[in-house]
Amino acid sequence: MLAADAMREIALDAEDDFDGWREGVRAAVRDGIAPERIVWRVGSAPGELFGEAAPAAAGAASFTVPRAFVDLARKAILHSDRERFALLHTLLVRLLARPGLLDDAADPLVRRVEGLAREVRRDIHKMRAFVRFREVAEPEGARFVAWFEPDFHIVRANAVFFLDRFASMRWSILTPEVSIHWDGATLAEGPGATKADAPDGDPVEAMWQSYYAAIFNPARLKVGMMLKEMPRKYWKNMPETALVPQLIAGAQAREAGMVETARTKPGGNIEAAWAALREEAMSCTRCPLHEHATQTVFGEGPVDAAMLFVGEQPGDQEDLAGRPFVGPAGQLFDRALAEAGIDRDTIYVTNAVKHFKFEQRGKRRIHAKPDAGEITACRWWIEQERALVRPKRTVALGATAARSLFGKAVTISRERGRALELPGGGEAWITVHPSYLLRLPDPTARAEEYARFVADLKAAAHT
Amino acid sequence: MAQLDTRAKLEILADAAKYDASCASSGSIKRTSRDGKGIGSTDSGMGICHAYAPDGRCISLLKILLTNSCIFDCHYCINRKSSNVRRARFTAEEVVRLTLSFYRRNYIEGLFLSSGIIGSSNYTMEQIVEVARSLREDHEFRGYIHLKTIPDADPELIHQAGLHADRISINVELPTASGLKRLAPEKSQDRIEGAMAGMSDAILDTADARKHYKSAPRFAPAGQSTQMIVGADAATDRDIVSRAAGLYGSFGLKRVYYSAFSPIPDASAVLPLQRPPLMREHRLYQSDWLMRFYDFKPGEVADAADDNGMMRLDIDPKLAWALKFRGSFPVDVNIAPREMLLRVPGLGTRAVDKIVAARRGRRLSLADIGRLTVSLAKVRPFLIASDWRPVALADKADVPLPPPPAKQMELFG
Repeated sequence: MLAADAMREIALDAEDDFDGWREGVRAAVRDGIAPERIVWRVGSAPGELFGEAAPAAAGAASFTVPRAFVDLARKAILHSDRERFALLHTLLVRLLARPGLLDDAADPLVRRVEGLAREVRRDIHKMRAFVRFREVAEPEGARFVAWFEPDFHIVRANAVFFLDRFASMRWSILTPEVSIHWDGATLAEGPGATKADAPDGDPVEAMWQSYYAAIFNPARLKVGMMLKEMPRKYWKNMPETALVPQLIAGAQAREAGMVETARTKPGGNIEAAWAALREEAMSCTRCPLHEHATQTVFGEGPVDAAMLFVGEQPGDQEDLAGRPFVGPAGQLFDRALAEAGIDRDTIYVTNAVKHFKFEQRGKRRIHAKPDAGEITACRWWIEQERALVRPKRTVALGATAARSLFGKAVTISRERGRALELPGGGEAWITVHPSYLLRLPDPTARAEEYARFVADLKAAAHT
Repeated sequence: MAQLDTRAKLEILADAAKYDASCASSGSIKRTSRDGKGIGSTDSGMGICHAYAPDGRCISLLKILLTNSCIFDCHYCINRKSSNVRRARFTAEEVVRLTLSFYRRNYIEGLFLSSGIIGSSNYTMEQIVEVARSLREDHEFRGYIHLKTIPDADPELIHQAGLHADRISINVELPTASGLKRLAPEKSQDRIEGAMAGMSDAILDTADARKHYKSAPRFAPAGQSTQMIVGADAATDRDIVSRAAGLYGSFGLKRVYYSAFSPIPDASAVLPLQRPPLMREHRLYQSDWLMRFYDFKPGEVADAADDNGMMRLDIDPKLAWALKFRGSFPVDVNIAPREMLLRVPGLGTRAVDKIVAARRGRRLSLADIGRLTVSLAKVRPFLIASDWRPVALADKADVPLPPPPAKQMELFG
């Protein structure tokens, strides 16, 4: 007779013996034996002294479970967690009492079992991904042999994948726990193996390594991403991973080299590139300013200019003419350049913002200061222009230009008159915008400031 | 010696192919070679990544060009006519052999074949089709094949490609027509989209035919995809999102890939020198996800962008949207419709499905939600549970933000 508190021992053939577990648990449910009274024993492990063997199956217990439970249990049972048989039993008992239980993924037990199944599924997936066959010659023909170390007891369950894919090959997968062999007709099982039992190379691996190294783009290192999906524990059995450290070490140097080559030896098509860039800028809609302005006012000047001047934005006259620095401020700028000994024909001039921003007052369009967002949106063009022209010196005229070049607010009075380093490299100078001079009401102050402006330009050109 | 030759070619022609982001082997039909004929299998679900490169990209397919010689002069392309790269060319048979020898060793799921244009578009396309034909017919190869179609190739050749391939694609290359004109002067947006429309029709027609005749041939069962380069033209993220939405809508694309422009050796002067941050590419993929899996309309994704039309780099677009539209939160996990749960930052589609299933049986508490999500701290400010209600958070200015992203370069020892 079964005592209510008796322990029962159930023997399973193997760690992944789902059928044995199902039979044992059916009998336990039929006999009303609680999960904590069952001792699960796998293979030839020594039995518990007080365990009571289950009576021979006396007819299947009459209950059904949802298909989803069977699928979940088939996966979870392959885990290495020693509690998995009891956890699944407990889950089954609770499921029989509450049929919708599996939908409740927030239930701690459901979550734990699903966690086991998820880890098993990942292990199965990684085995399909990372098994590497090596070809060996045998009298009967070629055989493809792999050595793999799974985390869980997944090898038998996973065999069907390799059968579906490689049925026309003869192959073996060796693992520490079990080996499986396919001879083209039947799948055979053998004892566990060691790495030494597997072949130690394959000539095609050199080709594969070449491919791995060549397909890697050194301009984009994302080592964390790689490690997340291909953890180091798998590396020792994958021929290509030996290359990883040297690829990473060389990557930054290779990218810097490419950028440097492009910088110092540009293609011979700079003129064409500039014209194409200007044409693209004509349809710029990166910020809303294009809606009311007449046209994009792009920079102009020789593309091999040694000095590049950046103003604020086109004014009323520039907007209509489509050229920078042609209005009153431009004329003042021309005069100052001449006094500073700079030939206007040798410099490249452009603006931080390339569309006219204004407020309509009656018939007049009054200049309005571009905001930080508009400056940021337009930076893209300045960067392209600077990349093409590659000036020795860039001169920011006014706060807007300085903000565009440095990516932050800059105090002109503190920074003017000396060489500064640009964030992306390159030398920059900062001075006031010529329109500032036009706005000064006091003629003496205007003359003084004009002299300082000319001095700044001189310093930038001749220092 | 023959092998050395193949290896040298492989180095050149894989190097030349690496700027194509796509490597997916997903979404085809189930095939096996269990009958002992041929080799290979595919599944209808997700593909398998057989390795990862240090650039974080999945290596699923043997991704190569048939040749890197090209009569086109696209500035962003390392293989352009005016570039000084070493040129090489595989024979169709070499590609077939290489594919099979890699496949037998379980290195790959199949082949992704593209090519520079040599001779003419039709001649090039014929060579690509020949590789696929030989794999399928001479070797009964049942693994995955992705063929890149050549602009302006004869529709009949593209049809042949679709009969052998699981997936076909043609790249739109740049998000804007003006960008394409500047960077790929020989290509035309109209002709590229015309080819996409043709492939889209063929995919729909054959799928329809198979409903009536089981024996009707399949045409690219894994559909078509495309790629655009980010950061080489002036397009904002908002422009890119809206272009992608148009492509998904018009041509039924399976995927749009975004590839942050990266510096190439022997670059043309037309290109920017520096790459855009890789995070930008990531944010675009997240925006793409919002449209495809989270029921966001393209205009709503665009709303997540800042005033300049750029996605914030410091937070993901879903959180950016939520911060802009605080009035929509908090959301009650026990009664809110699925589409509102999908809007909660930090709740993925799977977590939402689990919440919807679990709440049928009982009311969910905050601890329950904690068991269904990765980060309770992230979702908590945005939702109401049976025992939790955020304190007037919708009006508070500061919702906890994730720590600043780690630097992209990592030490590696």
